Amino acid sequence: MSILKILVVDDEPGIRSGVTRILRNFRVDYPFMEEPIEFEVMEAPTGEAGITIIETNIPDILLLDNKLPGIQGIEVLEYIKKKKKDIIVVMITSYASLELAVKATSDGAYDFIPKPFTPQELKSSIENITKRVFLKKMTNKLQDAGKKIRFTFLSILSHELKAPLNAIEGYLKMTKERQLGPNLEDYDGIIDRSLDRIRGMRNLILDLLDLTRVESGKAKRNMADVDLLKVARTAIDTMRPYAIQREVDIELQGVSPLILPADEEEIEIIFNNLISNAIKYNKEGGTVACNIHKMEGCMIIQVEDSGIGMSQNDIEKIFDDFVRIKNEDTKNISGSGLGLSIVKKLVDNYSGKIEVTSAPGQGSTFKVIIPINQPCL
Amino acid sequence: MKPENITILIVDDDQDYLFQLQAKVRQFGFKTITADGQREAEHLIEKMKPDLAIVDLMMEKEDSGFILCYKIKKKYPDVPIIIATGVAAETGIAFDIHDESNRQWIKADRFLEKGIRSELLKEEIYKLLSITTK
Repeated sequence: MSILKILVVDDEPGIRSGVTRILRNFRVDYPFMEEPIEFEVMEAPTGEAGITIIETNIPDILLLDNKLPGIQGIEVLEYIKKKKKDIIVVMITSYASLELAVKATSDGAYDFIPKPFTPQELKSSIENITKRVFLKKMTNKLQDAGKKIRFTFLSILSHELKAPLNAIEGYLKMTKERQLGPNLEDYDGIIDRSLDRIRGMRNLILDLLDLTRVESGKAKRNMADVDLLKVARTAIDTMRPYAIQREVDIELQGVSPLILPADEEEIEIIFNNLISNAIKYNKEGGTVACNIHKMEGCMIIQVEDSGIGMSQNDIEKIFDDFVRIKNEDTKNISGSGLGLSIVKKLVDNYSGKIEVTSAPGQGSTFKVIIPINQPCL
Repeated sequence: MKPENITILIVDDDQDYLFQLQAKVRQFGFKTITADGQREAEHLIEKMKPDLAIVDLMMEKEDSGFILCYKIKKKYPDVPIIIATGVAAETGIAFDIHDESNRQWIKADRFLEKGIRSELLKEEIYKLLSITTK
């Protein structure tokens, strides 16, 4: 149960008590709000008293008469505007001249209820305002959450970039100080490690570019009829040297035509990441089976490997940014941790989904399901 | 207190940082033993007691360093522990995850930034050791 605070500033006691009476048992309830909103009404007979309450117990909504004994309502409005108080102001006034209306609106008044007003008129206005306040609060919450996610992402990113830089710098300093002796061959190990770390940074930057591309919105997508088998074949050919190095065999299964309306570059990214993972996390002499077929209006892309597999716990995490499973088996496997996060975002853009089945030591299967007929974006 | 009789445990999942830090600490004259993560470190301390430990904060998990610190202190309360952090990156997240109240149980003796100058690191190590070898 949420409570909004309403302050009514009016020199007529009848008006003040009337508002309190009308709103005391009033509830605003919408389907999209978790709980109904109730109201706590505060009263002030003068502008000055109103300002005191604004300073000590700030209301969400202010019902403000213009004609007051001391400072006028419009001056209270100016005060609120000057002090940037976050209050929604409704002018309730008998003397609603056009001039006043224009001035009040330009000073930030949200609404006008001319006196005399019926209970229903008051409730309607309050209901309207309540919805607006609720939406504003939700927006702020989301923006804060968004900021937090952005901050965490940037923190991890800066860590992921700093670590290799520190490593390479450390090795160069060791070299400069001849810490491993006078023979150049003795430095081969740390030179190779530096090159490895540089390769890692480059891959991270390339993945970040993919990620930016995915997140920056739907501009520049070249939608066309994409031949999935052709893209898969290209991806596999690109990975072939790496697969040979690890003695992993890759098989492509699928019967032409397998056409999906899509952006070809995005489909390439999906295949590249899934196949690269299937090779990386595989056993020496293992296999990768890439299967594409159509089923019930969807394209299914399945990549199955005979690799090290992962636990249910791991499966839940792998689509998060920068997550790499770190254990005995994955110690020497490098990666940015962004690949699957990118794939997931891309698949989401196609209103598709990804399913993962895996068990430790028993390989993994990644299944991407994309509906063929996209609703118009 | 002779450096060559002191064994320092170094734990980090970045193999290059581990290599370089070990080289540095050896240069100070200490004996060293290394672990590449929380799990390996936990195995090691079952079999031996280090005189001091330098532990990375983020390894298998974001708070691996804290957990390891807790476990080492539980087993060997008098062993000083330095937690090495990448400052902004790590403290931003890890301290976010944990309540201030949770941090009652974080028993690290020092938090040092990764990449501090050798002389400073040496100073800190000596300070912590002279406190315990009284």
